[in-house]
Amino acid sequence: MNAIALIAIGGGSFALGYYFYARYLSEKIFRLDPNFVTPAHAQEDGVDYVPTRKVILWGHHFAAVAGASPIVGPAIAVVWGWLPAFLWVTVGTVFFAGVHDFGALWASVRNQGRSIGALTEDIVGPRARSIFMIVIFLLLLMVNSVFGIIIANEHIEVPSSVIPTWIVILVAMAMGFMIYKKGMSLLWLTIIGVSVLYGAIYVGELVPLSLPDSMFGLSTPAQWVIILFVYAGIASVLPVWLLLQPRDYVNGVQLFIGLALLYTAVIIASPTIVAPAINMNPPADAPPLVPLLFVTVACGAISGFHGLVASGTTSKQLNKEPDARPVGYLGSVGEGTLALASIIACTAGFATLGEWQGFYGSFATDGLRAWSLGGANIMNAGIGLPLGVGETLLAVMAILFAATTMDAGVRLQRYIVQEWGKIYNIPFLQGRTASTVISVLACLLLAFGAGAGGGSGALIIWPLFGTSNQLLGALTLMVLTVFLLKLRRPIWVTVIPLTFLLIMTIPALIIQLAAFWRASNYLLVFMDVVILGASILVALEAVAALGRTRRELAATTPA
Amino acid sequence: MLSELGYLLKEFYNAPFRGAVARAKRQNDDLFMLLVFSEMVGVPNPASYFTLELQPLLYDDFHAWHKRMGMDRSPLEWFSCC
Repeated sequence: MNAIALIAIGGGSFALGYYFYARYLSEKIFRLDPNFVTPAHAQEDGVDYVPTRKVILWGHHFAAVAGASPIVGPAIAVVWGWLPAFLWVTVGTVFFAGVHDFGALWASVRNQGRSIGALTEDIVGPRARSIFMIVIFLLLLMVNSVFGIIIANEHIEVPSSVIPTWIVILVAMAMGFMIYKKGMSLLWLTIIGVSVLYGAIYVGELVPLSLPDSMFGLSTPAQWVIILFVYAGIASVLPVWLLLQPRDYVNGVQLFIGLALLYTAVIIASPTIVAPAINMNPPADAPPLVPLLFVTVACGAISGFHGLVASGTTSKQLNKEPDARPVGYLGSVGEGTLALASIIACTAGFATLGEWQGFYGSFATDGLRAWSLGGANIMNAGIGLPLGVGETLLAVMAILFAATTMDAGVRLQRYIVQEWGKIYNIPFLQGRTASTVISVLACLLLAFGAGAGGGSGALIIWPLFGTSNQLLGALTLMVLTVFLLKLRRPIWVTVIPLTFLLIMTIPALIIQLAAFWRASNYLLVFMDVVILGASILVALEAVAALGRTRRELAATTPA
Repeated sequence: MLSELGYLLKEFYNAPFRGAVARAKRQNDDLFMLLVFSEMVGVPNPASYFTLELQPLLYDDFHAWHKRMGMDRSPLEWFSCC
């Protein structure tokens, strides 16, 4: 099978999904009204609530939700063959993520721009809100730890990625300074900043850097993980304008450039997919395809994290209600496009089936390595980019995604710890330094508990992270279902994905629980049990909330 | 064309962070307000001779500031904004 056919089928499905299904949703289910006064207008304050053009809103919504996950998830999942991952990404984007992201945005806009967390309490109840907070905290903890391990592995596997990754931090800080302190034009700074980034990729290729094999008794991955979390701790207390904002921006710009380069290369090179459609002989350590595929690929098919972004910032800037369709639905399509690129790079970027099988010999294979290696081969064949440069470029792209997520993730965790300090009246926790140190230590504990120090590079925690992400998605779908039911609208559009997610996540958790238990990894056993408990509560809460709402509606319906 | 691109980039840069940057600015402004009015609310300030001059310039924002700081009424005896 040719990779262009995959692009055509995948892209065609997304287009049809947007044209038919998203239109059905906006006309029949959400009933978008061009005359509805959105919170951006009703509560306009020039700060949080600002009417924004849809193309810009889509751009930063997509940049905010796009991360390393839609690259890593599919890169791991192709171990079962390209077809299952491809089907889940296309069907997931069209019928799951599209409804979820679009719906979260719409529900928030219809409720004064309130976040999904707040809506959970308003629409479903305080108990559901508590589950929501626990799931978010676990998700943040796991996202930071997983991404720390991913970056450490990538720095070791691709030493040329070290210089560009760390230079971006300096570039971002210089940009922030020049914009806010010197008032320099952003257009010029963008050109200079992006040129320096791509220049650094070339330099990184010439001067690869590595850490020693052992330092103070720590293995190389352990050293990197510690360095990364010390950095993330410092970055999380720096002013937003100095690092986070310019870093996110540079990242957004390179996301669009990287995707354009990769897709252009695929179209020119027209590579053949060497991986089997369904891998009949998966590695011995690979868990069963069903249900693990559906938690291994979270972002790119459906991700609860998107609901947080859609209802947190995007809904406060929506100019007109009908804009929710392009912004919300196409935001998830953007994510699907990234996942599709990852599937192609990891299955068509190898010369022969034997080479591919050699690489995917274990479920714990570093999927990100397949992405950078396979993608580099395709870019070399398509646009003539030297192999080493292409590999560094794609490795840096994934690392920057993971790193910006970590920056924001540690900051959010600090806020949560400070909030606990306020709730339980512990002044020590309210301080910036103490809360940051606690957040970073919690992440480090999990990262080492997941095997970061062993140097195995195994991402054993990845499916667990995917599970909590799906669980958050299920919570959002539950809120949407109850909201739709209260408005007496059809609920099948959200009930089907909600049921599917719960049916897949609970067995996936039980399978992983057994694996963690066999490996005597009791930290992960504990995490798994907590998430399993939360999943069961979500399922019970969903049934109870739907029943309650139905009874309320029946009581108010005139005979 | 170029100005449109400049506008798009600028919005892409600013839109997601408007709130965070405004909050950071307000924190700085609040600290500055405290420094300027510190002597009046009983905190000794060696630079009060200089900050006294700035007070009239900040009166406009004074009410919003003391409300934000958790003081329902103006803390200054001689200056009651509410």
